[in-house]
Amino acid sequence: MRRAVLAVYTLLIVVPLVVIVGGTFKTTPELFASPFGLPADPTLDNYVTVLADQDMPRVLGNSLTVVAFSVPMTLFLGSLVAFAVARLPRWPSRILFGIFAIGLAIPAQAVMIPQYVQFDRLGLRNSLSGLILVNIVVTLPVAVFILAGFMRTLPAELYEAAELDGAGPWACYRRIAVPVSYPSLAATAIFLIVMHWNDLLYPLLFIDDPGKRTLPLALLDFQGEYLTEYPLLFTGVVIASLPMVLAYALLQRHFVAGITAGAVKG
Amino acid sequence: MKSRLQLLLFAVPALALYGGFFLLPAVQGLRYATTDWDGYSPSFTDVGLANLTDVVSNDDLFRNALTNNLEFLLAVVIGQTALALLLAVLLAARSRASTTLRALFFLPTVLSSVSVAFIWKFVYDPNFGLANNLLGAVGLDRFQSAYLGEESTAIFWVAVAQVWFHAGQMMVIYIAGINQIPEELYEAARTDGANRWQQFRHVTWPMVAPATALVIAYTSLQSFKAFDLILGLAGNPPRSGLDVLSTRIYTTFANGQLGYAAAESVVFMVAIAAVTFLQNRAARMAHG
Repeated sequence: MRRAVLAVYTLLIVVPLVVIVGGTFKTTPELFASPFGLPADPTLDNYVTVLADQDMPRVLGNSLTVVAFSVPMTLFLGSLVAFAVARLPRWPSRILFGIFAIGLAIPAQAVMIPQYVQFDRLGLRNSLSGLILVNIVVTLPVAVFILAGFMRTLPAELYEAAELDGAGPWACYRRIAVPVSYPSLAATAIFLIVMHWNDLLYPLLFIDDPGKRTLPLALLDFQGEYLTEYPLLFTGVVIASLPMVLAYALLQRHFVAGITAGAVKG
Repeated sequence: MKSRLQLLLFAVPALALYGGFFLLPAVQGLRYATTDWDGYSPSFTDVGLANLTDVVSNDDLFRNALTNNLEFLLAVVIGQTALALLLAVLLAARSRASTTLRALFFLPTVLSSVSVAFIWKFVYDPNFGLANNLLGAVGLDRFQSAYLGEESTAIFWVAVAQVWFHAGQMMVIYIAGINQIPEELYEAARTDGANRWQQFRHVTWPMVAPATALVIAYTSLQSFKAFDLILGLAGNPPRSGLDVLSTRIYTTFANGQLGYAAAESVVFMVAIAAVTFLQNRAARMAHG
């Protein structure tokens, strides 16, 4: 019974993924004729088409830029707040934390319209810096939540010796809090990477210029262009997913910790 | 006192950005909701609460989206919670096989919603899709269906895709809950002659109540806010059978009714707050 259930669910996960990856090496007629079979005459044409026609290197570069800037910035700003929350006395700490907790209760879909107006006025639409900025503010509350949760558990004694030696808050943050919080920083980083890499909502809203598209948006645009050219759609899926899947294979435990910490707190 | 001020300075950069680009627009949204602004005209008229009353009382499209949203939420919460718990119970014990399967079942969570949407679009394709293909191959042709093409049940098939996407994530939360149950409880139950179902019923289930509350809370918020997956599966804008609140707001906005879309966002926020509140009440009763 146990084995049967697990076997069925394994198939439910594996079969679609194998068909997708296999499909990237097939032509459309072959995929429709035998979706489950191995590619009879494997072709790389789909990859060539996607990478050439779709401006994919630039799209990949855009996604990488957004993640490379927004994740470290969110981590840095979030950890500063978390440190303050952990070290401040009761009431100031509660108020500071409460301000960020409000952000957890407000979904992006409810703020996106006034944000659109604001970013438009400031000339931050159609720009990667706009996407980076909006990623930071939208995910800061989660980062603060996870990091403060961890830093609050650190005992005050940890800082006392350093403070006796005359270390100020900045030295305590940099030389004690950050190194000690490494595991929770790593977990938060992974949560943020997955969120920012996969986000569709803001690119859809903010980006009209094809040259500024990120991966999920480019992928969605595919659908319009290729409609039922599934092998091409699948190739886009593989290209968009490969970095995350490889990183997951290497850093499994951290991924699970990061994404479930996001789930638990977010 | 000096160090307290210094500590507050630490929060200033984050507060400035988050206050200026998240909290401030959230408040501005309330203002836009009382106007008929289209988003680009230099002027607009103040319409007071007219947008809000329209959204709440006589907007069939909004009501349809809300109904779809609630159906989606219900299907995902029931399906995902049950599946996550089942998988967690089966994989809680550590072994090499269970570690591998846990990793595999979690994998879809790291994919993007658009990728997951395309995978399931192919599964559901009425002519070439995997689902009808498999049914045909095993002689169950009469169960073949148009899936997303069936107006009344389409949202249910999106719910299946959503469960496939995130059940592994919730499974991990359940496994953490199950692993905290002291082994003595199971020993005592076995001494009393409890079979495996009774052990589940009287030990596991009550002991994972906090995990269940968490899984239901997160799943309901996640499914109530679903946007990317639906847009990817249904196209833009979605047909009425697949329209949910977040896609409705987006469509209204894209049609140049910014003020009205802002009013829809306000109602959406209130609905989210209501879901969270009901959800907290239910969790408290379950613990009670």
